[in-house]
Amino acid sequence: MYVLIVGCGRVGSSIAKSMLADGHEVSVLDENPEAIALLNRGQDQSWEDLGGSYTVGTALEIDALLQAGIDRADAFVASTDGDNTNLVIAQIAQRRFEVERVVVRVLDPGRAKWYAEQGLQTICPTQTAIELLEAAVRGQIRFEGVAG
Amino acid sequence: MYALIVGAGKVGWNLARELLDKDHEVTVVEASRRRYETVEEELEHAIQYGDGTELWVLERAGIERADLVVAVTGDDEDNILICQMATEKYGVDRVVARCNNPRNLQHFELLGIKPAVSATDLILRLIEHEVPKYGLVHLLDLKEERLEIIEMEVGEGSPADGVSVADLGLPDGSLVISILRDGGGFVPAGDSVVRAGDEVLLVLDIGLEDAVTGRFLGRSEAA
Repeated sequence: MYVLIVGCGRVGSSIAKSMLADGHEVSVLDENPEAIALLNRGQDQSWEDLGGSYTVGTALEIDALLQAGIDRADAFVASTDGDNTNLVIAQIAQRRFEVERVVVRVLDPGRAKWYAEQGLQTICPTQTAIELLEAAVRGQIRFEGVAG
Repeated sequence: MYALIVGAGKVGWNLARELLDKDHEVTVVEASRRRYETVEEELEHAIQYGDGTELWVLERAGIERADLVVAVTGDDEDNILICQMATEKYGVDRVVARCNNPRNLQHFELLGIKPAVSATDLILRLIEHEVPKYGLVHLLDLKEERLEIIEMEVGEGSPADGVSVADLGLPDGSLVISILRDGGGFVPAGDSVVRAGDEVLLVLDIGLEDAVTGRFLGRSEAA
């Protein structure tokens, strides 16, 4: 499948690399031209030599999204460092470009919950951390080394 | 009326002042501490410090009983989200959003946020009003109704010059709704005569523009 990832930080770049390794077509969009370094890190070849594509542009710009291939994306990941940006572009992907699978990272549990109720697939790392930490504090689970 | 304004920049602050002057109840929410402290000196309890895209901040500011929510921060995605949550989560009847980058207007439209006001777009229209291309100015586009209102200057020696409104030969789906002349305006009757130098306002179906403008272009412009 064709996967478009908007926001190339730790999260976005890691997803991009594993999707590419699984044999998917992967396109990454970020406003920072330097962020491609995260995709090259720890790889034998450069991101583009491995077959990945990288577009520099602002997430809200339709031209940038089109250049990154949103109109043929099967999956869309909104993983910029802005909750509001992620929520807006995820809705653009879903409603305007009718991307089949849209996932969006939202750090604020309040907004993540409400937008999930509106039909967006939101993933809230904060909420996940709270639940895991609570369970660990209560002794219901025990982690060896780094959890997750 | 209770108005909740998110963003205490120049627009938000001045809007709050005007609404308070008109005896409305106003709360402004501002996310920058420094800006909040500056504006708080004047607005006092009418401003709160916080990120207006967080639900609890909006709830603390009383969004549930707001008659109007105005989102005028410098970030379009924030303004979109604020208005979306105001309408869909809190049932606020009226919202107004500021659109900083006119290219983002399509996103406001896609997500049903209206009206979205773009100062850049308004200024652009004013500039076009000062320097009209072929004397035509778009005053209003009613996209959903598929109508537009335009203003045309009547050119010297144009087909319309010296002709009554009834005899203008305008296509079906267009109508002269007023004539501006010598600093005044009037709603014309069928026998009102159009003269060179008049400004006419027309309402028409989208797509009729070319057919209509031809009637008002003077000899030199048409050539």
